[in-house]
Amino acid sequence: MITRIRSRFGPEIVAVVLLLMAFGFSAFREPRFLDAEYLFDRSTLYMEAGILALSMTFVIIAGHIDLSVTSILALVGAICTTLVSKHGLPPAAMIIIAPVVGGALGALNGLLVSKGKLPSLVVTLATMALFRGVAQILLGDHSLPMPKELVGIHKIQLPGTYFHIPMVLLIILAVVAAAVLHRTVWGRWVTALGTNAEAARHAGIPTGKILIQLFTLSGVAAGIGSLLMLSRLGVARFDHARGLELDVITAVVLGGASIFGGRGTIFGTITALGLVGVVQTGMGVAGVKAEVQVAVIGLLLIVSVLFSNITARKRGR
Amino acid sequence: MKKLLARRELSLLVAIILIVGIAITLQPRFASEQNIRSILLWVPLLAVAAMGQTAVIITRGIDVSVGSILGLAGMTTAILLRDYPQLGVGGAAVIGIGLGAVLGAINGGLIAFAKVPPIVATLGTLGIYRGLTFIVSGGRQVDDYQLPKDLMNWSLEGPALLAKVPFLNTIPWVVWIAIIVMLLSHLGMTYTRYGRDVYALGGNPDAAALRGIPVNFVTFMAYVLCGIGGGFAGVLYASRYGTVNPSGIGNGFELQVIAAVVIGGVSVFGGTGGAPGVALSCLLLGVVNVALSVLAIADTWQMAIYGLVLLVAIIADERFARSARKRAGEAV
Repeated sequence: MITRIRSRFGPEIVAVVLLLMAFGFSAFREPRFLDAEYLFDRSTLYMEAGILALSMTFVIIAGHIDLSVTSILALVGAICTTLVSKHGLPPAAMIIIAPVVGGALGALNGLLVSKGKLPSLVVTLATMALFRGVAQILLGDHSLPMPKELVGIHKIQLPGTYFHIPMVLLIILAVVAAAVLHRTVWGRWVTALGTNAEAARHAGIPTGKILIQLFTLSGVAAGIGSLLMLSRLGVARFDHARGLELDVITAVVLGGASIFGGRGTIFGTITALGLVGVVQTGMGVAGVKAEVQVAVIGLLLIVSVLFSNITARKRGR
Repeated sequence: MKKLLARRELSLLVAIILIVGIAITLQPRFASEQNIRSILLWVPLLAVAAMGQTAVIITRGIDVSVGSILGLAGMTTAILLRDYPQLGVGGAAVIGIGLGAVLGAINGGLIAFAKVPPIVATLGTLGIYRGLTFIVSGGRQVDDYQLPKDLMNWSLEGPALLAKVPFLNTIPWVVWIAIIVMLLSHLGMTYTRYGRDVYALGGNPDAAALRGIPVNFVTFMAYVLCGIGGGFAGVLYASRYGTVNPSGIGNGFELQVIAAVVIGGVSVFGGTGGAPGVALSCLLLGVVNVALSVLAIADTWQMAIYGLVLLVAIIADERFARSARKRAGEAV
């Protein structure tokens, strides 16, 4: 039984152990880590990455990648705040428009990958520049304010607890994502697509449709992430979330999703996101500069893939 | 095949002439000496870095860390020249290029031998090399007055031999360096065994392995070449700008390099393209940059234009690849 669990959930167990170790070490160095209020306050910084990581888990399990999510996040923010402040859109409409616009941008990626038969890596590399570029055209070097009514939802807590709204949202979405990935036919199809795309197609799985749905989902997640980031920071800027794709992809891969597709869990992704958060917060407390923190996350990404390559080889694939 | 390549180079040439023509008609200031100089000094950086990336993309790989390699190598070269001027510009340049090769070898080792996918390996090292740039510099920039005049002169003066030749004497060293690098790269990719192995690997990885091509070594070396290109471009950057800032140098440069290579006709499906097309596309991007600023189109448009052109180039490549497969009678 134990060996079976170990062989099936090895990467997730590693992520949990690493998270506990990082947490223990940080708490030892910095007692504030044991203060729930402090932890929940810090966690608000990682909710956008968390939502992007959920959809990225699906994309990576399907054997693809979406580098453009953070650019979609920035562009959705630019479009929504422009519509509100210059064209009189009611602020509440943003809640609908953001995911819709994000989904449309993601669908464009999906169409290019699915109908255009183009590799997702280069398509999303190009749209990463394109989408952020359009955001830059819209906003230039300025910031557009988020309508006041929508600012600061990360400061609203469930009564009597430290759980803030974005975290409640992330928890709900994570549960839904886990159910879809592990308990529905669609989730199995995504996994099958990543295991062997050719075989999946011959088995009658609508692979083309699934690809479009996957990238659309990724865009919708970026739209929701955009709302959270705008609400947290209070303004839209073209360079929002620049480089965040590194954190997102690291969380997914570190959480046990195979970069070659076919394997991964939502539980692992969320655990690894917690690990990334603890490591960054710990370094921040210790006075490590942001650029060096990025280097450590990059190292974490490479080591996690190296590690899974080695264990895969040991098992004889 | 040859026709196909010629077509891309021809269309690039037409695009360059068109853009120059439009820019001059709308704004005669485009042809001013200062603007020509600005193109001449910017294109070599891009071209030198793009030559290495060309080999990587032909093997169906990608190196998104090249901007960070440029940054770390350029920063290190500048610091060495500030603290140890006795090294001389040549010595420091060799160290900068060597450092680029080492950084490229780390990428290559991870990808070729440890089988980490190129995007993951280089996305990771993008962060790591950027962090190292920050660590070696302590977050402080090197200013132009701290660097030897010889290095700046690379961007100001041409070879003494040409001092009396009209026109040629106005072309600075960095341009000649880039021309030499491009020539060597073209000859290397066309006439050496290694170059042919790169094309064979990109054209059909399985067949290349069966034919006894040392696939891992060829892949590894492609990333080393990319690192050398990035390192060399870092040295040229220090010469061109004088002021080297740890967070500014090479930041986002990978997009321009990859765009230059793909627009230059190196298919992301592997196996095609080469130095002449990439050289032309570097020139095209340089002309576009200056045209944008002369025509008073805000430089905020630059990233979107790069992304769009990159997307168009990828789609065009796929069309070409598909029709080539059709002609070869393969299933599409």
